Amino acid sequence: MIMPAHRAGRTYWFMRGMQGIFSLPALILLSSFIGFAGFASEAGLTMSETVFMVGIVWALPAKVLLVSGILSNASLPAAFLTVTLSSIRLMPMVAALIPEIRTRKTPLWVLLLISHFVAVTAWVFAMERIRDVPADRRITFFSGFALTLSASAMILVALVFSIVDELPPLLAGTLFFLTPIYFLTSIWASSRDAVGHYAMIAGLVLAPVFHQISPEFDILYTGVVAGTLAFFVQRSVSSKKPTKERP
Amino acid sequence: MMTWQSLDAWWWPFVFIMIGGWLATDAWRWLGVLIGNRLSDDSPILIWVRSVATALVAAVIAKLILYPSGALLDFPVILRAGAALFGFTVFLKFNRKPWIGILTAVVTLVAGQILLANL
Repeated sequence: MIMPAHRAGRTYWFMRGMQGIFSLPALILLSSFIGFAGFASEAGLTMSETVFMVGIVWALPAKVLLVSGILSNASLPAAFLTVTLSSIRLMPMVAALIPEIRTRKTPLWVLLLISHFVAVTAWVFAMERIRDVPADRRITFFSGFALTLSASAMILVALVFSIVDELPPLLAGTLFFLTPIYFLTSIWASSRDAVGHYAMIAGLVLAPVFHQISPEFDILYTGVVAGTLAFFVQRSVSSKKPTKERP
Repeated sequence: MMTWQSLDAWWWPFVFIMIGGWLATDAWRWLGVLIGNRLSDDSPILIWVRSVATALVAAVIAKLILYPSGALLDFPVILRAGAALFGFTVFLKFNRKPWIGILTAVVTLVAGQILLANL
């Protein structure tokens, strides 16, 4: 069923979002969740605890840190602190996405509700494609994608949970490796301007440095320092050549 | 101290996940909504915010490769970093298609590990 995009209704755009489950970002994230299910089961979590965690926390790095905390028998305040520090990055990500998807009529509670589904994959997916969606259909499109992705991950984790321990280590390691390399290439490809590339390089270079200085706050320090650095580099470059660059 | 194992009730793990996981992440998302709602589409502040967001994810990427947990620890760090770097270079050379870089990195990692095991 092909309709002119600007006249298509909500159902059409919800389904278009749902189709995103067959995109590369979604497939790689789901593969990473197989690796995560193995990690959680190794740590002694039950299947229902793990599925619950997938749905309610959603960001994969946060979950990996939470399970690491459980594994090391960390206290609840300590686990909370680690997870919350790693998740500060969600704030600028959501703050960058919201102006793209809301219209002047969008109620605040809708934005608060769908913000739960923002994690790297949904963010990359949305920032890449949202400008091709009519403004008043963007929330519908994003919801279609986010709900499908989240439900699929929960079902997948439930299905593989009991068999994942038997995966050969080579395969399990490869599944874990998919996540960072996928983040790296897809965020690079979806950057609209040079500042995204500067921020990525600065972040990759500075992360090991800050890890030596402060292993607990390294993500936060790297983000603020490398991000600010990239911002000023871009400002000084673009003030030298006033013509606007559009790749 | 309250840990994962300190209470034997069935509901305790769920409370632990709610506080240590859900509250710890969604609080930032809600704050992001409140801030993002005040930003206009291409203001300098939004560019800075996007830059910081990207750098934070870059830090997560570097940590997942250099200081991983679980099954990835079986692979030597030089192989993990080398495979990622090689995959990224090939990605840049070949039209910036993510799947090319991902495939290259994964094949390098697996081939390297099999090679090392047979040395």
